[in-house]
Amino acid sequence: MPGTEEGTTTRRTFIAGAALVSVLPLAPARATPEAMAAAIKEVVGDNAIREGRVTLDLPPLIENGNAVPLTVSVDSPMSEADHIKAIHVFNEKNPQPHVFDARLGPRNGKAVVATRIKLGDSQKIVAIAETSKGEFFSASADVIVTLAACLEDLT
Amino acid sequence: MTQVLINAPKTARKGEVIELKALILHVMETGFRPGTNGRIIPRNIIERFTASWNGAEILRMDLSPAIAANPFVSFFAVATESGKITFRWTGDEGFVVEESVAIDVA
Repeated sequence: MPGTEEGTTTRRTFIAGAALVSVLPLAPARATPEAMAAAIKEVVGDNAIREGRVTLDLPPLIENGNAVPLTVSVDSPMSEADHIKAIHVFNEKNPQPHVFDARLGPRNGKAVVATRIKLGDSQKIVAIAETSKGEFFSASADVIVTLAACLEDLT
Repeated sequence: MTQVLINAPKTARKGEVIELKALILHVMETGFRPGTNGRIIPRNIIERFTASWNGAEILRMDLSPAIAANPFVSFFAVATESGKITFRWTGDEGFVVEESVAIDVA
Protein backbone atom coordinates (compact mmCIF):
# COMPACT_ATOMS: atom_id res chain seq x y z
CA MET A 1 0.00 0.00 0.00
CA PRO A 2 1.64 3.23 -1.13
CA GLY A 3 0.04 5.22 1.68
CA THR A 4 1.56 2.99 4.37
CA GLU A 5 4.99 3.24 2.81
CA GLU A 6 4.78 6.98 2.78
CA GLY A 7 3.61 6.95 6.36
CA THR A 8 6.54 4.78 7.40
CA THR A 9 8.99 7.14 5.76
CA THR A 10 7.64 10.13 7.57
CA ARG A 11 7.74 8.26 10.83
CA ARG A 12 11.34 7.26 10.16
CA THR A 13 12.24 10.80 9.27
CA PHE A 14 10.49 11.96 12.40
CA ILE A 15 12.35 9.48 14.59
CA ALA A 16 15.67 10.36 13.00
CA GLY A 17 14.89 14.03 13.51
CA ALA A 18 13.83 13.48 17.09
CA ALA A 19 17.02 11.57 17.78
CA LEU A 20 19.06 14.42 16.34
CA VAL A 21 17.22 17.00 18.39
CA SER A 22 17.67 15.01 21.56
CA VAL A 23 21.40 14.65 20.88
CA LEU A 24 22.03 18.30 20.07
CA PRO A 25 21.53 19.71 23.56
CA LEU A 26 24.12 17.24 24.80
CA ALA A 27 26.80 18.93 22.71
CA PRO A 28 28.81 20.97 25.18
CA ALA A 29 27.63 24.54 25.51
CA ARG A 30 30.97 25.29 27.12
CA ALA A 31 34.51 24.04 27.08
CA THR A 32 35.18 21.05 29.30
CA PRO A 33 38.40 19.81 30.86
CA GLU A 34 38.49 17.38 27.91
CA ALA A 35 38.09 20.20 25.41
CA MET A 36 40.94 22.02 27.12
CA ALA A 37 43.09 18.87 27.00
CA ALA A 38 42.32 18.57 23.29
CA ALA A 39 43.21 22.22 22.66
CA ILE A 40 46.47 21.76 24.56
CA LYS A 41 47.27 18.62 22.59
CA GLU A 42 46.79 20.57 19.37
CA VAL A 43 49.53 22.96 20.44
CA VAL A 44 51.88 20.56 22.18
CA GLY A 45 51.42 17.44 20.08
CA ASP A 46 53.13 14.41 21.57
CA ASN A 47 55.79 16.40 23.41
CA ALA A 48 56.03 16.14 27.16
CA ILE A 49 54.84 19.08 29.23
CA ARG A 50 56.94 19.86 32.29
CA GLU A 51 55.96 21.85 35.33
CA GLY A 52 58.03 24.87 36.23
CA ARG A 53 59.65 27.97 34.75
CA VAL A 54 56.20 29.42 34.07
CA THR A 55 54.46 31.69 36.57
CA LEU A 56 50.76 32.28 36.07
CA ASP A 57 49.59 35.20 38.11
CA LEU A 58 45.92 35.93 38.58
CA PRO A 59 43.78 36.63 41.64
CA PRO A 60 42.56 33.41 43.35
CA LEU A 61 39.19 34.97 44.17
CA ILE A 62 37.50 36.99 41.46
CA GLU A 63 34.48 39.17 42.12
CA ASN A 64 33.79 40.02 38.51
CA GLY A 65 34.66 37.57 35.75
CA ASN A 66 34.31 40.20 33.02
CA ALA A 67 37.85 41.53 33.37
CA VAL A 68 40.36 39.47 35.26
CA PRO A 69 43.99 40.59 35.19
CA LEU A 70 46.32 37.78 34.16
CA THR A 71 50.10 37.78 33.86
CA VAL A 72 52.22 34.98 32.47
CA SER A 73 55.94 35.19 33.11
CA VAL A 74 58.44 32.62 31.99
CA ASP A 75 61.95 32.22 33.28
CA SER A 76 64.14 32.45 30.19
CA PRO A 77 67.31 34.27 29.09
CA MET A 78 65.45 35.30 25.90
CA SER A 79 68.64 35.01 23.84
CA GLU A 80 68.85 34.05 20.19
CA ALA A 81 69.86 30.51 21.17
CA ASP A 82 67.45 30.02 24.06
CA HIS A 83 64.20 31.91 24.18
CA ILE A 84 60.49 31.44 24.64
CA LYS A 85 58.80 31.12 21.27
CA ALA A 86 55.21 31.14 22.40
CA ILE A 87 52.93 31.42 25.39
CA HIS A 88 49.52 29.77 25.21
CA VAL A 89 46.75 30.19 27.78
CA PHE A 90 43.78 27.86 28.09
CA ASN A 91 40.64 27.72 30.23
CA GLU A 92 38.42 24.88 31.31
CA LYS A 93 34.88 26.23 31.46
CA ASN A 94 34.43 29.25 29.21
CA PRO A 95 32.41 28.49 26.06
CA GLN A 96 35.65 27.65 24.26
CA PRO A 97 39.03 26.56 25.64
CA HIS A 98 41.38 29.16 24.13
CA VAL A 99 42.36 32.39 25.85
CA PHE A 100 45.32 33.64 23.84
CA ASP A 101 48.41 32.52 21.93
CA ALA A 102 51.32 34.93 22.03
CA ARG A 103 54.37 34.61 19.77
CA LEU A 104 57.52 36.01 21.28
CA GLY A 105 61.19 36.13 20.45
CA PRO A 106 64.59 37.29 21.63
CA ARG A 107 63.56 40.90 20.94
CA ASN A 108 61.20 40.80 23.89
CA GLY A 109 64.00 40.67 26.46
CA LYS A 110 61.63 39.22 29.02
CA ALA A 111 59.04 36.51 28.45
CA VAL A 112 56.21 38.30 30.21
CA VAL A 113 52.74 38.96 28.81
CA ALA A 114 49.85 40.48 30.70
CA THR A 115 46.24 41.03 29.67
CA ARG A 116 42.71 40.95 31.03
CA ILE A 117 40.42 37.99 30.43
CA LYS A 118 36.82 36.89 30.89
CA LEU A 119 35.93 33.94 33.09
CA GLY A 120 32.52 32.30 32.88
CA ASP A 121 32.90 30.13 35.98
CA SER A 122 35.23 29.02 38.74
CA GLN A 123 37.82 26.94 36.95
CA LYS A 124 41.39 26.03 36.21
CA ILE A 125 43.54 28.19 33.93
CA VAL A 126 46.58 26.67 32.25
CA ALA A 127 49.52 28.51 30.71
CA ILE A 128 51.98 26.70 28.45
CA ALA A 129 55.28 28.10 27.26
CA GLU A 130 57.14 26.75 24.25
CA THR A 131 60.90 27.22 24.19
CA SER A 132 63.03 27.67 21.08
CA LYS A 133 64.40 24.19 21.77
CA GLY A 134 60.93 22.71 21.44
CA GLU A 135 60.35 22.05 25.13
CA PHE A 136 57.04 22.79 26.81
CA PHE A 137 56.58 24.10 30.33
CA SER A 138 53.33 24.76 32.08
CA ALA A 139 51.71 26.26 35.12
CA SER A 140 48.10 26.26 36.22
CA ALA A 141 45.95 28.19 38.63
CA ASP A 142 42.57 27.50 40.17
CA VAL A 143 40.31 30.50 40.44
CA ILE A 144 36.96 31.11 42.10
CA VAL A 145 34.63 33.44 40.23
CA THR A 146 31.69 34.91 42.13
CA LEU A 147 30.13 36.88 39.27
CA ALA A 148 30.60 35.13 35.95
CA ALA A 149 31.23 36.99 32.71
CA CYS A 150 28.47 37.11 30.09
CA LEU A 151 25.58 36.66 32.53
CA GLU A 152 24.49 40.22 33.11
CA ASP A 153 24.96 43.37 31.07
CA LEU A 154 22.14 42.69 28.62
CA THR A 155 20.69 46.19 28.76
CA MET B 1 38.12 60.11 19.30
CA THR B 2 40.67 58.33 21.35
CA GLN B 3 40.36 54.70 20.54
CA VAL B 4 43.77 53.59 21.64
CA LEU B 5 45.88 54.22 24.69
CA ILE B 6 49.56 53.38 24.49
CA ASN B 7 52.03 53.60 27.29
CA ALA B 8 55.63 53.46 26.14
CA PRO B 9 58.76 55.30 27.22
CA LYS B 10 59.84 58.11 24.88
CA THR B 11 63.51 57.42 25.42
CA ALA B 12 65.52 54.36 26.34
CA ARG B 13 69.12 53.28 26.59
CA LYS B 14 70.32 50.85 23.96
CA GLY B 15 69.75 47.30 25.13
CA GLU B 16 67.35 48.31 27.87
CA VAL B 17 64.28 46.12 28.32
CA ILE B 18 61.24 48.37 28.28
CA GLU B 19 57.60 47.67 29.04
CA LEU B 20 54.97 48.48 26.43
CA LYS B 21 51.29 48.68 27.25
CA ALA B 22 48.45 49.02 24.81
CA LEU B 23 44.72 49.33 25.34
CA ILE B 24 42.04 49.63 22.69
CA LEU B 25 38.31 50.34 22.89
CA HIS B 26 36.44 47.31 21.60
CA VAL B 27 33.35 45.37 22.72
CA MET B 28 34.92 41.91 22.27
CA GLU B 29 31.45 40.44 21.82
CA THR B 30 31.89 36.70 22.35
CA GLY B 31 29.20 35.35 20.03
CA PHE B 32 27.88 33.18 22.86
CA ARG B 33 25.53 35.66 24.55
CA PRO B 34 21.86 36.08 23.74
CA GLY B 35 20.68 39.67 23.35
CA THR B 36 17.45 41.16 24.70
CA ASN B 37 15.52 39.61 21.77
CA GLY B 38 16.74 36.15 22.76
CA ARG B 39 18.94 35.81 19.69
CA ILE B 40 22.68 35.31 19.93
CA ILE B 41 24.60 38.54 19.43
CA PRO B 42 27.02 37.84 16.57
CA ARG B 43 30.68 37.51 17.43
CA ASN B 44 32.74 40.65 17.07
CA ILE B 45 36.24 40.34 18.49
CA ILE B 46 39.77 41.42 17.81
CA GLU B 47 41.50 38.32 16.54
CA ARG B 48 45.05 39.51 16.35
CA PHE B 49 47.31 42.05 17.98
CA THR B 50 50.80 42.67 16.69
CA ALA B 51 53.59 45.00 17.68
CA SER B 52 56.54 45.85 15.49
CA TRP B 53 59.67 47.90 15.98
CA ASN B 54 60.64 49.74 12.80
CA GLY B 55 58.71 47.15 10.82
CA ALA B 56 60.17 44.08 12.51
CA GLU B 57 57.54 42.11 14.39
CA ILE B 58 58.30 41.76 18.09
CA LEU B 59 55.03 40.30 19.35
CA ARG B 60 52.07 38.59 17.76
CA MET B 61 49.06 37.59 19.77
CA ASP B 62 45.99 35.64 18.67
CA LEU B 63 43.09 36.60 20.88
CA SER B 64 39.95 34.61 21.62
CA PRO B 65 36.51 35.66 22.86
CA ALA B 66 37.86 35.02 26.38
CA ILE B 67 39.77 38.31 26.26
CA ALA B 68 37.97 41.02 28.22
CA ALA B 69 36.29 43.95 26.50
CA ASN B 70 38.69 46.81 25.68
CA PRO B 71 41.66 44.47 25.30
CA PHE B 72 44.74 45.43 27.24
CA VAL B 73 48.13 43.90 26.55
CA SER B 74 51.38 44.52 28.32
CA PHE B 75 54.69 43.06 27.21
CA PHE B 76 58.41 43.82 27.02
CA ALA B 77 60.86 44.71 24.30
CA VAL B 78 64.58 45.29 23.98
CA ALA B 79 65.32 48.84 22.88
CA THR B 80 67.40 48.27 19.76
CA GLU B 81 67.32 51.48 17.74
CA SER B 82 65.47 54.78 17.52
CA GLY B 83 62.34 54.78 15.46
CA LYS B 84 58.75 53.77 15.54
CA ILE B 85 56.86 51.12 17.49
CA THR B 86 53.69 50.17 15.66
CA PHE B 87 50.71 48.46 17.25
CA ARG B 88 48.10 46.86 15.03
CA TRP B 89 44.77 45.29 15.91
CA THR B 90 42.71 43.33 13.39
CA GLY B 91 39.45 41.52 13.90
CA ASP B 92 35.92 40.66 12.88
CA GLU B 93 33.87 42.92 10.63
CA GLY B 94 36.97 44.29 8.96
CA PHE B 95 38.30 45.90 12.11
CA VAL B 96 41.79 47.36 11.59
CA VAL B 97 43.44 49.94 13.79
CA GLU B 98 47.08 50.91 13.67
CA GLU B 99 48.86 53.27 16.01
CA SER B 100 52.52 54.17 16.30
CA VAL B 101 54.69 55.81 18.90
CA ALA B 102 58.17 57.24 18.43
CA ILE B 103 61.06 56.20 20.61
CA ASP B 104 64.56 57.60 20.99
CA VAL B 105 67.24 55.06 21.78
CA ALA B 106 70.55 56.46 22.89
